[in-house]
Amino acid sequence: MEPKLITLKINGRTHQVALKPNVTLLYALRDLGYTDVKNGCEKGDCGACAVLMDGRAVNSCLVLAWQAEGAEIVTAAGLGTADRPHPIQEALADSGGVQCGFCIPGIVVAAKALLDRNPHPTEEEIREAISGNLCRCTGYGLIVEGIRRITESAESVESAES
Amino acid sequence: MLPEFELLMPRALPEALEMLAGRASDGMPIAGGTNVIPDLRGGRYRPACLVNVAGLPELRGIRWEDGFLVIGGGVTIAEVLEDPLVAQFAPVLREAARVLASPLIRNRATVAGNLANASPAADMAPPLLVLDAEVELTSREGSRQVPLKDFFVHVRRTVRQPHELITAVRVPLPPESSRARFFKVALRKADAIAVINGAVRVDLAEDGRCRAARIALGAVAPTPIRAYEAEKALEGQPLTPDVIAGAARLAAEATRPIDDLRGSAAYRRAVTEVMVRRALE
Repeated sequence: MEPKLITLKINGRTHQVALKPNVTLLYALRDLGYTDVKNGCEKGDCGACAVLMDGRAVNSCLVLAWQAEGAEIVTAAGLGTADRPHPIQEALADSGGVQCGFCIPGIVVAAKALLDRNPHPTEEEIREAISGNLCRCTGYGLIVEGIRRITESAESVESAES
Repeated sequence: MLPEFELLMPRALPEALEMLAGRASDGMPIAGGTNVIPDLRGGRYRPACLVNVAGLPELRGIRWEDGFLVIGGGVTIAEVLEDPLVAQFAPVLREAARVLASPLIRNRATVAGNLANASPAADMAPPLLVLDAEVELTSREGSRQVPLKDFFVHVRRTVRQPHELITAVRVPLPPESSRARFFKVALRKADAIAVINGAVRVDLAEDGRCRAARIALGAVAPTPIRAYEAEKALEGQPLTPDVIAGAARLAAEATRPIDDLRGSAAYRRAVTEVMVRRALE
């Protein structure tokens, strides 16, 4: 089928892009240069491709790009960059939660979705929130520790966003 | 990369139903895509046309209507988890939603899609079976209500016709004395397909006896099933350890499990008995 011109809103920017219907949001994002969104399993098992779609964390490999038209998409790089990291990213780095780093953008997105709804989660709730994100370095302990550190200073998250 | 297909993007339900009718021979609906996209990639099916029903306004929301809790056909598992009506009147459904796949999946996957996909291990099926839920199937000709116990035909086959869409799942209000529980055995705590799952429901009479019972089991037969003989063994009886043990045995006998990578048939049958007994205790 022919490509169609669609509008994607990503990290506050608007892109007009011609896409065929069988292109997933994951491929659309990476082809537009949002390579912080990682391609892991392409079946929703690993969470490496997680993005926020209208505030909810989803696997971008399971969304057709056409289905994302009109939605606000935010990737990990939209939350913060190496120069200006988001408190979640900073805490993960400080805690030693980042090893190979492949799962981290997805973890950041899942953690952001959690903290937006629940600024002071229990450890159980943190583990639950990232249960769709696989870390093959199995660094979960320090990842959970990093997210927990932010919850102790949730005010800093809010101030960093204002 | 996914195989090629045509993608139709209706903006409202009537338009979607027209499209499904027009493409009944080679089309299928897609909502959250959490089953459809992996299945397209894996080649389980090859529709020439997908009709996007995610976001249709008519399929949104959970509400009361004529004594039924009506879960719209577009409601996600995450929305079930957050809904106060579900928490109050159908907590067993919430229990199952909590352990269905992962938070990332729950934000896209719909209740209707979990049923339409007709996996024997669908986590929404046992709680909805014990709640006597009905599936509302709508085409451009109109709607029909199918009791969920009659909805599943075989592995990944249901009575839904290609031109029909699940527009709602309707749950009658359980009586005050009704208690229900969900259980799931899986190889890991999160993001796991059930080795077995199930739900039990007991409505108590004033004398403490069981007035009515429902037992539903998943991943132990080609479809989610009810264990009717086990239910009968409870009805009219006091819930003594002997009565419960007998019903649990009959529930295990109702299973027709297979061996697969998640567990053997023998294990599934044995653990069914244990889990039903514990759920009834």
